[in-house]
Formats: sequence, C-alpha cells, structure tokens
Amino acid sequence: MALDQSFVGRSYPPTEPYEVGREKIREFAEAVGDTNPAYTDPEAAKAFGHADVIAPPTFVFAITFKAAGDVVADPKLGLDYSRVVHGDQRFAYVRPVRAGDRLTVTSTIEAIKSMVGNEIIDIRGEVHDEAGEHVVTAWTKLVARAAEEG
Amino acid sequence: MTANSGNGSARISYADVEVGTELPAQTFFVTRATLVQYAGASGDFNPIHWNEKFAVEVGLPDVIAHGMFTMAEAIRVVTDWVGDPGAVVEYGVRFTKPVVVPNDDKGATIEVSGKVGAKLDDNTVRVDLLAKCDGQKVLGMSRAVVRLG
Repeated sequence: MALDQSFVGRSYPPTEPYEVGREKIREFAEAVGDTNPAYTDPEAAKAFGHADVIAPPTFVFAITFKAAGDVVADPKLGLDYSRVVHGDQRFAYVRPVRAGDRLTVTSTIEAIKSMVGNEIIDIRGEVHDEAGEHVVTAWTKLVARAAEEG
Repeated sequence: MTANSGNGSARISYADVEVGTELPAQTFFVTRATLVQYAGASGDFNPIHWNEKFAVEVGLPDVIAHGMFTMAEAIRVVTDWVGDPGAVVEYGVRFTKPVVVPNDDKGATIEVSGKVGAKLDDNTVRVDLLAKCDGQKVLGMSRAVVRLG
C-alpha cells in the first residue's frame, strides 16, 4: 500500500531533552572497541579543544533514530515497520556531541518514494542543545521492503 | 560554526595530503558477543542482531551486524588518522550488504580502507571509505568530510 504523500514536509514537535552522560559515551566507545581518549578522558578532550569528553560520530544516531521511530510509528502514515530496513545514513556536524549536552530532536519527513514495491522514506533530524544551538543534522533513509508474493 | 575549528592538534596537515593519499587501513572483528554489547550501548535491540531463529524467519541468512555498528567502525579509519574525532564535519554511508555474523568464536571480519577523494575549502578533505566483509562491499557511498590542521 502506498504511503500517504501528504506527509512529505511534515515536521514533528521537538523531543524531550536527552542528557548525554560521560559513562554512556564510554559504554558506546567500548562497545565499538574505540580507544580514542577524547571519548573517555576529559583532559585529552580538552587538549583537542573540547569542553568535555565528546561522543563518537555515530553516537547521536541512538537519539535521532528514536525520534524517527516516533514518526514512522504514526499509524496515519501507513508504514509497515516490521519490514523496514536501514538504507542510508548521513550526519552533518556543527560541533561534536559532548558530555553534559541536553539534546532535542526535531524530525521532518523529507521524501516518500515508491520503487519496485518498496516504500522509501527520508527523515531529517535536527539536533539542538539546551541553548537552542544547532549541533548536528542526521538524515535517515528507511526502506520498507515489498511484501513477498503469496 | 567555530566549535571544531582547528586548534593545531590535528595530526595531519592539509598541505601534506593529496587526492589519492591513502589512510592506514584497519581490520575490525565482530562476534555475537560484540553485537550484544553494541545492542546494549546503542539501545538497538532488534532481534535480527542476536536471535538466529528470528533472523532466518525474516529471510536473512543468519544473525547480521547492526549497520550502525559497521558505520561506527568504518569512521575509525578517519578519526584514528586525524586524532581528534571532533574534526569530522560530515559522514554518510549506504548499507548495501549485511555483515553476517556466525555463532562461533571467530565471527566476521570487516576490512576498512580509505583515501582522500577531494580537497575541499576551509582545510577540509573528503575521505572515500571502502568497507568489505568476505571480499564484498558492505557500505556504499561511504564518505566523510574531515577538517585537517
């Protein structure tokens, strides 16, 4: 079933703030085996010019994807989430995410396409800090695979 | 827009790189235990990343790695090269093929290489990354823009 094209351009209200913790960053860095000291040692992060430890570049996805999940779960959109796979992912950073940030995400549906039975949806998540400054934008392409025949 | 502008700490100088300059390649290992740990750290508990029965039922050959795990590993070729991960200005990938992770102590191996694809404005360069598993490309259009010293 084709998705409702009238959702293109629709923005959703900002999420409740997510507070970035030092230990959550450490847990993430350990899970990907990344020993860069900027993620765990505040002094090392300061030597690079950061106010506190920073998060690995893809860390913020956990926050933006949760926000995107709220969008695609909108029953009026009509997406079969059980068939969804992650197509593309892109980030553009104004600055790195760092410990102590309280981040909100504003999601917008940028495009909806149908290709050989697959439904493709592009969602942009704008991430802002508590001061309202733009931190990073995340673009997520989700593909709902066509249901198999018979 | 100034937060990650150069402070002299970057290991690599813009003047010292050319289009075609190769970054040191790296090999990353992923087992089922890695995926469980990543699921917890990232909050992505989709069972296709830890439950073989479920993965097969939805048409996959076996448990597969989180695409975002592979994306997190691939950028390390860039961040280890420049030193400061905050120097990454843009990063994008296409998930072209899943990384299948068998239930043994060897798991899967992801090989990542990168080279400078373009020199851009403001001391930035575009790095083109190549991520392979079992000789097959697992990320497409995998590119990062990074600010050098």
